[in-house]
Amino acid sequence: MAVEMAMEPDYMRDPRKHHFSPYMENGGTSIAIAGDDFVMIASDTRLTRGFNILSRNQEKVLRLTPHTMMASSGCWADVLTLSKVLQDRITMYSHEHNESMPTTAVAQMLSTMLYWRRFFPYYVANILAGLDEQGKGVVATGASVAQIQPLLDNQVAALNMKGATPPKMTKDLARQLIHDAFISAAERDINTGDGIIIHTITKEGKTEEMVKLRRD
Amino acid sequence: MVEENERPQAGFQFSNFGRNEALVARGFQMPKCRKTGTTIAGIVFKDGVVLGADTRATEGDIVADKNCCKIHYLQPNMYCCGAGTAADLEMTTQMMASQLELHRLNTGRQVPVIAANTMLKQMLFRYQGYVGAALVLGGVDKYGSHIYSIHPHGSTDRLPYTTMGSGSLAAMSVFEARWKPNMELDEAKQLVRDAIAGGVFNDLGSGSNIDLCVITKDGATMTRPYDVANVKGQRVGKYEYKRGVTEVLNTVVRPIEIVSETVKVVSEEDMDTA
Repeated sequence: MAVEMAMEPDYMRDPRKHHFSPYMENGGTSIAIAGDDFVMIASDTRLTRGFNILSRNQEKVLRLTPHTMMASSGCWADVLTLSKVLQDRITMYSHEHNESMPTTAVAQMLSTMLYWRRFFPYYVANILAGLDEQGKGVVATGASVAQIQPLLDNQVAALNMKGATPPKMTKDLARQLIHDAFISAAERDINTGDGIIIHTITKEGKTEEMVKLRRD
Repeated sequence: MVEENERPQAGFQFSNFGRNEALVARGFQMPKCRKTGTTIAGIVFKDGVVLGADTRATEGDIVADKNCCKIHYLQPNMYCCGAGTAADLEMTTQMMASQLELHRLNTGRQVPVIAANTMLKQMLFRYQGYVGAALVLGGVDKYGSHIYSIHPHGSTDRLPYTTMGSGSLAAMSVFEARWKPNMELDEAKQLVRDAIAGGVFNDLGSGSNIDLCVITKDGATMTRPYDVANVKGQRVGKYEYKRGVTEVLNTVVRPIEIVSETVKVVSEEDMDTA
């Protein structure tokens, strides 16, 4: 019987369902906050697979142009491929136009590139942060964890409060909110921890700061 | 006299199984169990046994409890670490503690560890793995010091050192490297701490503190926490809210009409101690 089954040509057999799961969740949490003359973007440095830690020191913020950065998390293989293609196209732009690509243009191009793969997407959540042509901070495309977004809504945009007005966003306040949001997220989210790197972009240039988080 | 067909059946009732299947088929979401990622471990040393556990309970990717207790009491000379479904572990160990206590009162003797092992494995086997309890049983009796690992389907091993839970590989690697027979107490405690720490730091399902339980012929001592392996991060800002920021969405005032008023005098009365 078994031999007979094996001899049967495939078009005689019942259709069989095959599964293909090319994606993997490697975690990562990113935050960006824009001010009038700066933008801050941060990500944690833990890379995971299931219950395993693949790296405690993997930065997820990419330096795209002198005034634009992008934090990407999700499927790490897709992050690498997307960032490589994005970097190439930014280089091509700068060669063609003889100037570095503006943040708004990068955002538009990223959107187009992601939608191009609408039916086999890059499994990547991106936050693009940079300065616009006037030097003001710009944050486009959001991705965050459930624990952090409500906090930022409340503290940055003064949402869900009667009669409250959004505070003036300063570098100190942005740094404090990012720092505290990650401290709190590390307490309750098993995929967030080890450390964070906070990047600040201003007209004068970029700076970065490292903060340690719990490692369990 | 109870009729044979009226006698309640022992064990699980499966009469709702078919109904539940039908509900799921119609798109009803079944409630999920809290399954904890865990690191638990136990070793035999010169004078007894050391049990260890982390203190993190998870629900998926979220930490449900940062400081839960995974070392359960069974008898004064016996404790049991649990990994798996939180409710199953809690109920299994409580049930076992009471059955062992009844056994002790019936026999008038300290219950040997092997008896607890047998009772646990028989119970778990009866439930065919559906009681999701993975246990490390440890104790000291007149026959010596014992560590048993008990799997959810009912298989057991008597071992000089063992680990269980999602962090078991990390913890076992520490034991494989450093365990030796007849260790001193301090050395044994340090080894179990390091094994659990291996799970805490390298397994995302385990975390927070490390609890230890040392059992010798003189009794058991729980140390909780034995080590705070992770210091909580310090927030910089203060998050306090002004009065009145919570918006009142609607207000309804219902006047209460007093129709009549009666006063009932209740006299003091002695407690019935008959």
